[in-house]
Amino acid sequence: MSPRLTTTTLILLLGAAAAMAVLHLATPPGSALHVPTYAVSLTGKYLCYAILAVSVDLVWGFAGILTLGHAAFFALGGYAMGMYLMREIGARGVYGNPILPDFMVFLNWKTLPWYWHGFDMFWFAAIMVLVVPGVLALLFGYFAFRSRVTGVYLSIITQALTYALMLAFFRNDMGFGGNNGMTDFKDLLGFPLAADATRVGLLLATAVMLALCLLFSSAMVRSRFGKVLIAVREAESRTRFLGYRPESYKLVVWVVSAVMAGIGGALYVPQVGIINPSEFAPANSIEAVIWVAVGGRGTLAGAVLGAVLVNFGKTVFTSWLPSLWLFALGGLFILTTLFLPRGIVGTFRRRDPVLPAPVTPAASAAREVAS
Amino acid sequence: MTRLFAILLLLASVLAPPSVRAAGQEAAAQSDALAAIGSGDYDKLRQGVSALAASGDPLALTILSALHDGRLMVGPDHTLYVKAADGKLTNAATGKPAGAVAGLHEVRMSNPVRRALEAALGGLRLFSADPAQRLAAADAVFHTRDVAALPGLEKAIAREHDPTVARALRQARAAALLSDAKASQSDKLVAVALLRERGDQEARNILAGVTAPPAAAAAAREAVASIDRTLALWRMAQDAYYGLSLGSVLLLAAIGLAITFGVMGVINMAHGELVMLGAYTTFVVQEVIRSNAPGLFGASLFIAVPLAFIVAGAAGIAIERGLIRFLYGRPLETLLATWGLSLVLQQLVRSIFGPDNRQVGTPDWMSGAAQLGGLQITYSRLTIIIFSFLVLFALMAVLRLTPLGLRMRAVTQNRRMAAAMGIRTPWIDALTFGLGAGVAGMAGVALSQIDNVSPNLGQSYIIDSFMVVVFGGVGNLWGTAVGALTLGVVNKFLEPVAGAVLGKIVVLVLLILFIQRRPRGMFPLKGRAVEA
Repeated sequence: MSPRLTTTTLILLLGAAAAMAVLHLATPPGSALHVPTYAVSLTGKYLCYAILAVSVDLVWGFAGILTLGHAAFFALGGYAMGMYLMREIGARGVYGNPILPDFMVFLNWKTLPWYWHGFDMFWFAAIMVLVVPGVLALLFGYFAFRSRVTGVYLSIITQALTYALMLAFFRNDMGFGGNNGMTDFKDLLGFPLAADATRVGLLLATAVMLALCLLFSSAMVRSRFGKVLIAVREAESRTRFLGYRPESYKLVVWVVSAVMAGIGGALYVPQVGIINPSEFAPANSIEAVIWVAVGGRGTLAGAVLGAVLVNFGKTVFTSWLPSLWLFALGGLFILTTLFLPRGIVGTFRRRDPVLPAPVTPAASAAREVAS
Repeated sequence: MTRLFAILLLLASVLAPPSVRAAGQEAAAQSDALAAIGSGDYDKLRQGVSALAASGDPLALTILSALHDGRLMVGPDHTLYVKAADGKLTNAATGKPAGAVAGLHEVRMSNPVRRALEAALGGLRLFSADPAQRLAAADAVFHTRDVAALPGLEKAIAREHDPTVARALRQARAAALLSDAKASQSDKLVAVALLRERGDQEARNILAGVTAPPAAAAAAREAVASIDRTLALWRMAQDAYYGLSLGSVLLLAAIGLAITFGVMGVINMAHGELVMLGAYTTFVVQEVIRSNAPGLFGASLFIAVPLAFIVAGAAGIAIERGLIRFLYGRPLETLLATWGLSLVLQQLVRSIFGPDNRQVGTPDWMSGAAQLGGLQITYSRLTIIIFSFLVLFALMAVLRLTPLGLRMRAVTQNRRMAAAMGIRTPWIDALTFGLGAGVAGMAGVALSQIDNVSPNLGQSYIIDSFMVVVFGGVGNLWGTAVGALTLGVVNKFLEPVAGAVLGKIVVLVLLILFIQRRPRGMFPLKGRAVEA
């Protein structure tokens, strides 16, 4: 990703977020220029998805790891934030218990489970947002990459991972609210979540965080490290024969990407006001992949564009023609892979990383013979 | 001549059956009992009920049943009448029809009377002419362990001819004996041995309650331990059967994928939706049969299987020609495109058939269950197990024995060489994919019998199917079968220990770990095909 594209994206992103904030706060509700509250939260939600998309692009676009389970890291970050927000409710819950969240009182739990301790402090929750997805990714990636699970096999086990987590979080005895998840949040660091100023603040924080993720990722892929990563994507065995250890490179980028997804999830939860196990659904992870594919794999800025465009489309479709949304999304998957393999950004850029050209059965047969 | 006649008379009086000889006594007992029942005094009524039951009068069962159901009427002169369901009266003492009688009222009972009546009825049924009723009565005594029933049981055992009923009677006597404090130790030991032989949960519970005398208690403890062992074995067998059943469902869902993913290397995320198409084909077939030829309903599945194969197979060929052939050699893109296709198919079915579950009926020959020892075998599950193996073997036969199978194997092994030999490889690609899709459609027919037929049917199987194929080893039908059955059995054995959801999670985690150890599955293909 070229520095110019990054700069353009950053300026556009921060500018749009700032403009939105000003228009929302400084204009009266009746004015033509006023941005309504729902638009602010919606944009905030899109930007959280964009963070997830950037994290997917980092592993898929640059390391060639097609992850079908990144929503798991997103949701884990979200749950860490949700736990903080639950504790923050305190005695204002329906049952008025100062320690236990409502759903635990409801389930007749007497004491707080050990893994809920510390989540009453924001700094601890913030660290957990990074640590939990990071550690899971480290464990999973260490074993997967070490035993050279690649390609489709890796995709399938990432899907199994998020599926297993979804089943686990649906259980009431896990202590994460089961089916209903966590909701009814009151405030974040003392700022009431329902207030317009808090929403604007969250939108700005998300925009800044997305900008940081973009900057960090683009620096990462342009560094020497990134060059090796691209080599791994293009020819893993060859890179190994040249003396590099592809599994270490993949592991680093995998963990960084998971942490990034976790941050996205943590910002997502206060803005939508709920976190439940359906966030782990395998379909969500695959949807994140299609955002990247639409925007342009391996372009980072394209991931942001794709996430915002597809989700904007989803909002429009689901409110106007709900029955057509799945047709549109499905068609998007098919048409993008068939006719737009480089995505929007990739198609409009002259110098871009070489992606493998479409292969016909004949060409793949030729490769088979050559091997 | 007269002497001869006298001797014959004497002989007849000696040889006459006791019932005839006692007929006079019985009649007297019966009229006494009936008088007691009609007296209106609860104590007398209770004694009358027991006396009537003991009298051996053939009408006793009718009268006591009538009393039980509130159909026994008493007239002003204390004569008893049985009122039939249609209101006709019969004289209770003679069994002859009676005309209308004024001033009838129902014979009322107190709770002690009712208890005596129940016991008496149970005892009487032991002598019923119908073996099924006798068996039911024996089982009833076994459950209540009523000591009072012992004399009746002894009599019933003495005259019983049916071996099954005789065994049930002896077990009932054993159960009653064990709750009888007065029974002798040797009797109790025999009873313990009988119950141990019966060996089910209820026998175990009775035995666990035996505390005296010490020798019997010791024998009972031993018997309980032995029954527990046997029951545990049966439970394991039942779990294994459930596991086999789940495994065969997984096998059915995965076997089509074993062709498209395993043999062709195409990641078809729309595989589950092809299964769904098969299930909806079954639904349509049944709807057509219901409205046009209800008599054919039992055969609906036999009609649906080939139709589902054709529908899903045609859809598969269309998918291969229209989408997948442009994406060969790009597995990750294939994955995304077919996922998109699965969304489109789901929404299509939702638009046509609606989002709700559709009712697919089970033919009579598939419902019900057989009891095999402690094992319950449901016919629908058994049918699916058999069907899944038939499909597996048919598919193997197609691949091994038919010209089409030969070409398919040739193309997957060496495409260029196959093309050079004159095989039209694109056509074989389409047919192979169509075959895998058609098998998925047949799986849908079977799954429609055990799962909800809804647009989401396919999605719930796709992850499991991929797991099975990867676990078994890609490109290996035997591996798929072993993988599916192993996963099914492991899942069902984990369920009682860990619970259904946790069991599934454990299986998924084990699978993820397994793939780390053996990325190519249990039975990996060797040779050049691996890297292609």
